Amino acid sequence: MDTNVALLTIFILSIFVGFEVVSKVSTVLHTPLMSGANAIHGIVLVGAILVTGESETTTATVLGLIAIVLATINMVGGFVVTDRMLEMFKPKKAPKPQEPAAGERAGK
Amino acid sequence: MTTFGTPAWLQLVDLFVAVCFVLALKGLSGPKTARNGNLLGAFAAVLAVVVLFVAYPHMNNLGLIIAAIAVGTLIGFPTARRVKMTAMPQLVALFNGVGGGAAALVAIIEFLGSDNEERGILAATVFTVVVGSISFTGSMLTFLKLQEAITTRPIVLPAGRFVTSAVGAGTLVAAVGLVVAPSTWLLVLLIVLAAIMGLLLVLPVGGADVPIIISLLNAFTGLSVAASGYVLGNVLLIVAGTLVGASGTMLTRAMAKAMGRPLTNTMFGAFTVKSTAGGAGVADDRPVRSSSAADVAIMLGYANKVIIVPGYGLAVAQAQHTLRELVDMLNAKGIATDYAIHPVAGRMPGHMNVLLAEANVPYEQLKEMDEINPEFASTDVVLVVGANDVVNPAAKTDPTAPIYGMPVLDVGESAQVVFLKRSMRPGFAGITNELLYDPKTTLLFGDAKDSLTKVVTGVKNL
Repeated sequence: MDTNVALLTIFILSIFVGFEVVSKVSTVLHTPLMSGANAIHGIVLVGAILVTGESETTTATVLGLIAIVLATINMVGGFVVTDRMLEMFKPKKAPKPQEPAAGERAGK
Repeated sequence: MTTFGTPAWLQLVDLFVAVCFVLALKGLSGPKTARNGNLLGAFAAVLAVVVLFVAYPHMNNLGLIIAAIAVGTLIGFPTARRVKMTAMPQLVALFNGVGGGAAALVAIIEFLGSDNEERGILAATVFTVVVGSISFTGSMLTFLKLQEAITTRPIVLPAGRFVTSAVGAGTLVAAVGLVVAPSTWLLVLLIVLAAIMGLLLVLPVGGADVPIIISLLNAFTGLSVAASGYVLGNVLLIVAGTLVGASGTMLTRAMAKAMGRPLTNTMFGAFTVKSTAGGAGVADDRPVRSSSAADVAIMLGYANKVIIVPGYGLAVAQAQHTLRELVDMLNAKGIATDYAIHPVAGRMPGHMNVLLAEANVPYEQLKEMDEINPEFASTDVVLVVGANDVVNPAAKTDPTAPIYGMPVLDVGESAQVVFLKRSMRPGFAGITNELLYDPKTTLLFGDAKDSLTKVVTGVKNL
């Protein structure tokens, strides 16, 4: 398969997965879900490390290091703040959330 | 471009990480699985970074890279740990912005470092730069708005629509030009235009619509990360970025729907509204009925049914605990008392639930809007603590109001309404609330915590 077509396939299928996984989310979870998704795109850190690891000019290195700092803030801060939001759902005396579906477990 | 240089085992790890991200998002959509979902995502993200150093132990600038990660962690971790729950929305905006900035920088480095011969890659690079820059400046402006460093009202520039269209067109032309004939000065011009575009998109968004914009910019950042993945030939970035872009888009629509506002209305509403000032001059002169804490205590103490409407003011005053004390006391007297939680009470969907959960308010007492709205007609006293826009009847009656169409709590249906307010200042959306001037409304001015403490004492002494 042509590389570009392969990447396009991955892209299109990911869109559908993205739509599908959040299709039934209660209002209460809108903010944590947004925040969690926000942390996930901090994965751009991987890209930032790759380009900085390959860079040979000072400009590229400096820009790359800035990108790494920013991406790390996004990723680390994002997951930590989401966890704080979700502390309310920790199982103390079984808080009764009004979400219908409980035992869902999606594959890929 | 490094697809074929990536070892197969690393690609398999990335596949595992991508699956973890899907499960993380899935987990985050259910209350029972949310926390573990987030932890799974964090674990996978850390794994994806660590394996890079195993795969490429001889990368350039290794020491500096590790130092930069340390700096980012030292900034991100304590900030996220320490932020007050009330300030959480702006922190999410800030994190989103830096992510977009990072994606744009990655694309800029690739642009500067390659011969830019392949059009497809070049187009993806340009896309990343544009969307990443928009997300960066847009999120920073949102941060400033939520921080109330600048006005929270919609800002409409003179000829705003024209300026936005012109800058938008300019961005598009520069982007296409850059793909056709790559040059560094055109790249700089494009970055500047896209950065201005980000500001212009957020400026006219005001009040309760800000969370929706954060969610939208979040989806934008996701897409720019996906595009940067295409530039780098990195499948993990494509999958993770696209997941966030797609789920973020769905989430944005869900939020807009929960607030009864089509997305286009959110973004461009301010352009079509004639007056967003809400005639403050006229409104301020009208008489209101203010009262003492003791009177409010009597009203509450002799009611049969009370509904509490908590808002951002409650959170700012850190009065959750005092409020819970009051409600416990009323319940002990046999007065049916519930909390009415508007979907966007606070600053974001679900924000108030988080704040009240912190004060150990039992989940069962928190009633959502659809559930509680029919109850107001049979309620003796509604106590509105530091909320304004979410009980503003203008959302139903005044088509020119910026919040028109947003579902609100029908507190006006009840026999009496008590507002605990700091001042007559309008709410986050910057519009006057007619309910404040209603004859059945009583106002108790002051800091929410002070007022509540006095009311608690009053109820105790009854």
